Amino acid sequence: MIPNLQHKTILRVVSKFLIPFILLFALYVQWHGDYGPGGGFQAGVIFASGFILYTLIFGVTRVRKVIPSWVTRLTLALGVLIYSGVGIATLIRGGNFLDYNVLSENAIQGQHIGILLVEFGVGVTVFSAMVTIFITFAGQNRN
Amino acid sequence: MKLKINDGEFVIETLIIMVLLSFMLIIGLAVAHIRNLFSVVILTGIFSLIGAVIYVVMDAVDVAFTEAAVGAGVSTVLLLSTLILVDSKEKVTPGLNSFVAFILVTLTGGVLIFGTIDMPKFGDFKAPIHNHVTPRYLTKSSKEIGIPNVVTSVLASYRGYDTLGETFVIFTAAIGVLAIIGRGRRKPEQAIKHAKGETFDDT
Repeated sequence: MIPNLQHKTILRVVSKFLIPFILLFALYVQWHGDYGPGGGFQAGVIFASGFILYTLIFGVTRVRKVIPSWVTRLTLALGVLIYSGVGIATLIRGGNFLDYNVLSENAIQGQHIGILLVEFGVGVTVFSAMVTIFITFAGQNRN
Repeated sequence: MKLKINDGEFVIETLIIMVLLSFMLIIGLAVAHIRNLFSVVILTGIFSLIGAVIYVVMDAVDVAFTEAAVGAGVSTVLLLSTLILVDSKEKVTPGLNSFVAFILVTLTGGVLIFGTIDMPKFGDFKAPIHNHVTPRYLTKSSKEIGIPNVVTSVLASYRGYDTLGETFVIFTAAIGVLAIIGRGRRKPEQAIKHAKGETFDDT
């Protein structure tokens, strides 16, 4: 079990100050992946690291109040469903699986929509997987 | 990887990479030598971070980003949370023939280095990997995909199937952890009963 660090004032204050910026940076990496380095995978990991930092300081019980286990389990599946769903949508619209060109009238715009959705799916699943794995590990050994 | 100093402007870059690689070598030796697993976990984190810096020097920022976030960040935290569950002192198994192991490792390393001899030079634009599909990605992606970051267009569009597979791998990893240790916690006495086979109650 993770030692309780929330009585250390500096850690508590600094982490509370940092977490919003970590989450904001993750969102930037997520939605700016088309233009700069980054994308769903990195964004998911960074977003999860905000929650991991919170868990390290405030413990598993508190973080499970912020994000209950049913939420992470749901989003874990939701991410891959979004990704596969884009593939199914392209099939329905008459294209090949994951051929984003058919998502819109304009092929380039279709690619934009497809990539944005797919990266979002990756981000959601990676975030949920990292949080799930970490909290499951950290929550062990509690009687 | 072969680093040859041909051009003056690459000298500094090569030097930086050399220094960083020797740091990685030292850390590798330290990891093999140190028996305190806490130090080993921190050292592997530093190892990944240096790897990320090398990727930045090589202009592979996307890879560096992932290496820093996953290798140095999440893996370290996961290993640390594992250390909470297990003893942080490595048990030395006596009677292990370290000489044979050393010979084996040296042989494997030698074979690997031998394998790199006829590899194309680092950054060689005539290397086969740069002449297969890469030119198409680089020249056509702005017309076909229309986003500035070619890495993203390759990852999400040209190689969408692979990324879907990778996402499912991550998904499966989390499902695996949940299936093995993620079930509702048992009370200790229940766990003992369960281990003895006295109860089949899973809660």
